[in-house]
Formats: sequence, C-alpha cells, structure tokens
Amino acid sequence: MKGTATTLTRVLGFCALVTLAGTVVLGLWTTPPDVVQGELVRLIYIHPAIATMGEVAFGVTALASLLYLWRRTRDRRWDLLAGVSAEVGVVFASLTLVTGSIWGRPTWGVWWTWDARLTTTALLLALFLGYLALRRVPGEAGSRATRSAIGGLVAAVDVPIVHYSVNWWRTLHQGSTLLRRKPLIHGVQLEAMLLGFVAFALIYAWLVVHRYRVEDLATRLEDRGFETALAERRAEADELLEVVS
Amino acid sequence: MLRDALLVAGKDLRIERRSRVTTNQVAPFAVVVLVLFAFALDPDRGLLTRAAAGLFWVAVLFCAILAVQRSFSVESADGARDGLRLSGLDPAGIFLGKAGAVALQLVALEALLAAGVVLLYGTDLRGGVVLLATCAAATIGLAASGTVYGVLSAGLRVRETLLPLLLLPVAAPVLLSATRAWEVALGTGGAGDGAGPWLRLLVIFAVVYVAFGVVAFGALLEEA
Repeated sequence: MKGTATTLTRVLGFCALVTLAGTVVLGLWTTPPDVVQGELVRLIYIHPAIATMGEVAFGVTALASLLYLWRRTRDRRWDLLAGVSAEVGVVFASLTLVTGSIWGRPTWGVWWTWDARLTTTALLLALFLGYLALRRVPGEAGSRATRSAIGGLVAAVDVPIVHYSVNWWRTLHQGSTLLRRKPLIHGVQLEAMLLGFVAFALIYAWLVVHRYRVEDLATRLEDRGFETALAERRAEADELLEVVS
Repeated sequence: MLRDALLVAGKDLRIERRSRVTTNQVAPFAVVVLVLFAFALDPDRGLLTRAAAGLFWVAVLFCAILAVQRSFSVESADGARDGLRLSGLDPAGIFLGKAGAVALQLVALEALLAAGVVLLYGTDLRGGVVLLATCAAATIGLAASGTVYGVLSAGLRVRETLLPLLLLPVAAPVLLSATRAWEVALGTGGAGDGAGPWLRLLVIFAVVYVAFGVVAFGALLEEA
C-alpha cells in the first residue's frame, strides 16, 4: 500500500516533529516560570501559534475561494485547497479554544468568558463549520465548487465585521505580546514562542499537503468510479444484444 | 435593474398576500417566541424589560430565517427557479427584488414584535429615531445576507437544516449591534459610546452584503 507521502512531505513532517519537540523542551523545561502567572505562562508557547495558524488557514480558504471564482485562475485545485485548509483551520480553531480555556480557568477563574477574541474565534469556528457543512452537500462537482467558494467568501467578508463588533462589545483578553515595538517577552521565552510558531506552521503545511492529496485521490476515484460504472453498463447492454440476436 | 427588482418583489409579496403564510404562520410564531422568552426568563423580576432589546432581535433573527426559507421554497415548486433563470431578468435585480420582499415582511414582523415587546414585557419605546434607524439598517443587512444564503442552499435537499447553520453565525454581528443600539435608545444597557458605532456597523454590514449579493447572485442562481 502506498501512502500520500513523498520525500518532500517526509522532510516536512520530520521538521515539524523536530521543531515541535524543541518547543516542548524549551517550553516545559528550559524556560523559567513567570513571576505573575507561574507555570501557566507555558501555554503562551503554543496557544498564540495555534490561534494564528487557525486564522492563516481561514485566510488561505478565502484566498483559494477567490482564485477559484475568478475565471482566469479557475481550477479544481483551488477548490480542493480551500476545503482542506478550512478543515485544518477548524481543528486549529478548536484547539485554540481548548488551550485558551485551560489557561482561562486558573487565570480568569472561568472556562469561558465573553471576551472579544474568544467570541470572535468561536464565531469564526461556527462560520467555517457551516462552510464545511456546505461542502459536504453532494452535487455536481463544478456547481458544488462554485457554491462552496461563494459560501466561503460570504463567511470571510463577515470576519472583519465580527471582529469589530465583538471588539466594541468587550475586551478582556491580553493585548498582543509579540507584534509591538518592544516585545514584552525576551530571551529564551521569545525563542520558545517563535519556535512554536514555526512548529505549528510546519504542522499546518504538512496536514494540508496530505489532506489535499487524499482529497485529490478521492475525487479522482469518484470520477473513475463513474466511468467504470458506465463501461460496465455498456458491456451489459452489449451482452444483452448478443443474446437477443 | 430596479424595474426587475420591483417586478420580483411585487411577485413575492403578491404570493405572500395570497398564501398568507407570513400573516398566518410566521407572525404567530414571532408572538409565540416572545411568550416563550417570558416563560424562560420569569416575568416578575424586571428581567424581561431589561433584556427586551436582545429578545426582540433574537425573535427577528428567527423570523428572518423563516422568511428567507419561505422566499426560496416558493421558487422550488413547478420549476419556478428555472423560469426565473430563463426570464432574462437581471440577476442583480432578482436579488434586490427577493431581498426587498423579505425586508418588507421583516419590517411588518418587527412592528408586530415591537408592539409585543411593549405589551408583554412592559418596555417603554424611547429614542424613536435610533430605534427606527437600527431597524432599517439591520433589516436590510439581514434580508441581504439571508437572500445570499437562501439561494446558496436553495435546491439542496438539506436546506432546512443548512440555512440556519450558515446564516446565524453570519448574522451574529447584526444581533449584537442592533441589540446594543436598542439598549442605548431604551436606556436599558450600559451607557458605552452611544448608538453611533453600532449603527455604523449595521450600515457597513448591510452595504457589504447588498453589494455581495448584487455581484454574486447571478453565479449562485446558475448553480442552484
């Protein structure tokens, strides 16, 4: 049995594993506990990275949907990419909420709070679960792809609106730690956090490549299945004709 | 485009007037939702008066789903959608017409719900201009986004379950903004920054989805 791996994806997967292991070692052992947050601070080495990759995944879905809809770049591959990226994005967004909850419970005292970023992430997740449900609806391949692409874009244009509305509504979440003139985080902690970003970016890429190949094979199998069925029916008809004559 | 829009809207509203589905089913449903909220929230503690804005808009959201579903189920019978496609009407016009018809029905339902909120929850409708502006912007936004998703899920076997899943998260900012704007007007929420930002957000939402529908409706109608 052959898998969907090639040398390139094996290297990619290996790099992902190594960087992830590095993040674990740096995050759990090398870095010191925080003055204020204690051991809880260790979640910062993975949580922002996962959240960011979730957002990137949905961005890729929106972009691929747009490229599919634009006639000059219309290609089945964009549709496949949009779908698999959304799937991986849903996993990352769910993990974001889970890791955030695990951190929020001891820090804020609650599993969930109606903070701006939490609410935005939850709504983003709901939007893309809807998108995946739309993709699952059977139909002719071309029309399903167009439908999904438009559905993906309708959801994507909602994201900034959701972001602003929820931001005005409430803000409790920490501001950005990394993207400012003077990062609030230094030395080995910064390294661990950045390594976490690299690790999850590699994991995202690895998952998307494999998922894409599986999906590609599945659609090809579907096409071939249709052709085989047609050929079989034709053969049956020929046999019948022979019997009759 | 506008002429086509008026034609389609006239057709949809005529169907509603004759079939009376909106008046005989959706409107009573809206009232039932208001009553159920009262059961759920215990009417004696003033909770309903304070939550009136949010409950009103949740009820509107539910009605919007029904109205959109209805708007596309009338097209599914007798190959009406093919007729619409072959009619040579401008797709943008069809979109504006269908969204307009949904919006008008929603306005009627909002009037009913507002009366219900006053009578059942003891809400004092103050700040009329903000209330009306909120209604106008939110209704257009809901009708436009609903119509986009309506045609997207029209013709699919799972449309009854798919439409709420697709529409409700997208419409979440409308619920949030409209509720906050109403709370400011009614004086039931925290003071905050006033209704201005919320109204602006509602207008942006409406503009974005009307524009989206005008551009994308042709392709969607082809695929439905």
